Amino acid sequence: MDLVDTSIRPETLNNSQAPRRLRSAPWADKAFEWLTRVFAFLVFSLLLAILASLLVGSQASIEKFGLSFIWTAEWDPVKEKFGALVPIYGTVVTSLIAMLIGVPVSFGIAIFLTELSPAWLKRPLGTAIELLAAIPSIIYGMWGLFVFAPLFQTYLQPAMISTLGSVPFFGALFAGPPIGIGMFAAGLILSIMVIPFITAVMRDVFEIVPPMLKESAYGLGATTWEVVWRVVLPYTKVGVIGGIMLGLGRALGETMAVTFVIGNAHRLAVSLNAPGNSIASALANEFTEAVGDLYFSALIELGLILFLITTIVLGLSKLLLMQLARGEGTRT
Amino acid sequence: MEAATSAINSAAASRPAIHTTMREGRPAETAAPSDLKAKLKINKLNFYYGGFQAIKNVTMDIPERKVTAFIGPSGCGKSTLLRTFNRMYALYPDQRAEGEILMDGENLVTTKQDVSLIRAKIGMVFQKPTPFPMSIYDNIAFGVRLFESMSKREMDERVEWALGRAAIWNEVKDKLSQSGQSLSGGQQQRLCIARGIAIKPEVLLLDEPCSALDPISTAKVEELIHELKTDYTVVIVTHNMQQAARVSDFTAYMYLGELIEYDVTDTIFIKPKKAATEDYITGRFG
Amino acid sequence: MSAVLNAQSAIHSGNRLYRSRKQLNFVLLAVSSLALAFGLFWLVWILGTLLYEGGTALARATLYYQMTPPPGADGGLANAIVGSLLMVGAGTLIGTPVGILAGTYLAEYGHRGWLAGATRFLNDVLLSAPSIVMGLFVYSVYVAKVGHFSGWAGAIALALLVIPVVVRTTDDMLKLVPNTLREATMALGCPAWKMVISVTYRAARTGILTGILLAIARISGETAPLLFTALNNQFWSSNMNAPMANLPVVIFQFAMSPYEDWHRLAWGGAALITLAVLVLNILARALFRKSD
Repeated sequence: MDLVDTSIRPETLNNSQAPRRLRSAPWADKAFEWLTRVFAFLVFSLLLAILASLLVGSQASIEKFGLSFIWTAEWDPVKEKFGALVPIYGTVVTSLIAMLIGVPVSFGIAIFLTELSPAWLKRPLGTAIELLAAIPSIIYGMWGLFVFAPLFQTYLQPAMISTLGSVPFFGALFAGPPIGIGMFAAGLILSIMVIPFITAVMRDVFEIVPPMLKESAYGLGATTWEVVWRVVLPYTKVGVIGGIMLGLGRALGETMAVTFVIGNAHRLAVSLNAPGNSIASALANEFTEAVGDLYFSALIELGLILFLITTIVLGLSKLLLMQLARGEGTRT
Repeated sequence: MEAATSAINSAAASRPAIHTTMREGRPAETAAPSDLKAKLKINKLNFYYGGFQAIKNVTMDIPERKVTAFIGPSGCGKSTLLRTFNRMYALYPDQRAEGEILMDGENLVTTKQDVSLIRAKIGMVFQKPTPFPMSIYDNIAFGVRLFESMSKREMDERVEWALGRAAIWNEVKDKLSQSGQSLSGGQQQRLCIARGIAIKPEVLLLDEPCSALDPISTAKVEELIHELKTDYTVVIVTHNMQQAARVSDFTAYMYLGELIEYDVTDTIFIKPKKAATEDYITGRFG
Repeated sequence: MSAVLNAQSAIHSGNRLYRSRKQLNFVLLAVSSLALAFGLFWLVWILGTLLYEGGTALARATLYYQMTPPPGADGGLANAIVGSLLMVGAGTLIGTPVGILAGTYLAEYGHRGWLAGATRFLNDVLLSAPSIVMGLFVYSVYVAKVGHFSGWAGAIALALLVIPVVVRTTDDMLKLVPNTLREATMALGCPAWKMVISVTYRAARTGILTGILLAIARISGETAPLLFTALNNQFWSSNMNAPMANLPVVIFQFAMSPYEDWHRLAWGGAALITLAVLVLNILARALFRKSD
């Protein structure tokens, strides 16, 4: 415990203590280095430990259902027949809706903050957008269920169903009764939640673009939009994709907000306005009430699938962002 | 008086070879800048970075289709002055200019005319090459497409013309679809010059265009500047006095935001009127 | 002179292409301003709702000293508030040292070898990993083994969320400390471990503290990892070895219930949590800005 004694100041390390220090130093140095290394290794192995525990936990389900677990829609705790298709579908669909809305909005906000905003407004506006990420997800869920869904059901959804619902082919995506909660509402709320993450990355990478490069484009008479679209975006595309992947990873794993508004119906519906289920909300709703080893095991396998998907998406995001950081030094 | 004469002689002796060889075959400028037709008339120009005044009451005429060089120690305001000509400072909210910069009778400082039109008429090349993240062809076509819609064939011609004018066509004609960033530094800088002239501006601003280049590329760019003045009014900022002597017709010496002396390049380098200019030219500055 | 150059210049304000570009620019920049308005709109709406619905609940003193009630009875959130404080506190105390030490390895010793690079990568993945999976993990390795839900299990799940945040900020902040400072300390004959503790930690102090505050803010509102670990408890309990009430799970249960009075309490809890999280966030920012 001597190691965390912060009272030793450099100025007290005077000559009178020199002999003792020289004797003890090599040993203490090694010990401290090893201590930090052990904890680094602990963090390193955490992800692997999670993976291992989920694999062990889902063993019964994997053995029973095999790969068909992924494409089976049936989820029947009574007959002990479990398939993950409905929650996987719901997770993917809600995340896609979130991306379709969230990415362009984040791009617009990032442009505003880097190119348009007056200097004195940049910080307060940037902070306000970042605060969207600070609001706990359960708050989004509650607000979505009690405030947003009823308004959505009364005003927006009927209009959406009557206009988009009658379009050939795509119509089926919006058909059905307006009930407020459902996959579209969940996706919309997710989109608000991922905006701060995507915006933050876009803003950061836009700011590494050398001013001289932007000035060159302005110097030819390009407009702000053209500079952003034709020069800034191509220059930062790797980082921008990394930011989008980060947002996607967040959306896929989001639990509470989705649980409140998705409707928790184990049913495969084409319409986005229909209730559905996501992996995370299935876990949140059913895990503590599950009875029977196979039921538990199937739920843990859901968690395993979620963990694998998000890890791959987030890993890719990280790789892209690292690539951009590396390229930054070599480019002029 | 004797001291001054010997200083001038030694100054002349310190850079004779390049000076004379580069000058060969072209007549030395004899008319003063104010005698020629001015492309840009600068009148009582002041410039501020927030509270700091970087340019103090500068008045000068930039003659049409000549090369004018701005020299001076770093921080003297020469690049800042250059950047006021195409209102690049307008991108940054805390920078502002006061006074007059007249081009074709219009004051660029106060004009209601759109900045992107001004900038398209006044091309600019920077200290470091700034190829856009796109192909060599698109680097040139980018600016052209902003103001002209033309057929593929016309665009091909324009790209070839601009690259040829910037003396880089032969080096890149077989790899037009490659990224502009794949070229060497010297090639990138000539690509940027080609990009600047492709939209047919009237004035070309060069902000230390050779500072990041090797000597061979520098020589190529200098030769190019020489060529360009037949069509364009060129203004070049350089920290390299030999370069100013080699490429320019007129030279302005700036110090601490003020225009100290502005005259025919030969006069500035051989018989400057002010002691401060002479001190800087002869390296006795500071 | 070239024929191309002789042609009439296209650069003038009557140019149609130029005009349509100007219009496009105007429209798209207007759209980008709308995007910002879109983002702010939700923030204002959500915070406004919280203030409106939760404000009255927050103003009632019973919220802070009465226990969570059965439906139809009067009550407060005292047990949930205390449970949340205990678990967030314990989670922070467990997670912070682990995070700081691991982050120290990455920044100070990680120049060679594979461990630092690999850990940095996996840590960044964990940073955004679904928090519900952390709950599942702690359930599998702890709750299932001891056989019951508990406050400790909740605290461990929260600690696992604290660690990646603290690792990341410690790593980043220590890397910002100039190497000359390290060299100057080493030149005095100071051993490396003393240098880290007495000089670099000191130099990076505010940055690391900012990270810890942000980590606390993050776990204060986390619900998903507590569902399978701490569960809930209707009664007063400060026993970390038993199921424990906590604000997020209470809010979840009450909000999902059909009872009006439970909804009101849930709004009160939601406003309370959001207030705490926002204050922590703003505090962290102010602290970090001051250190710049």
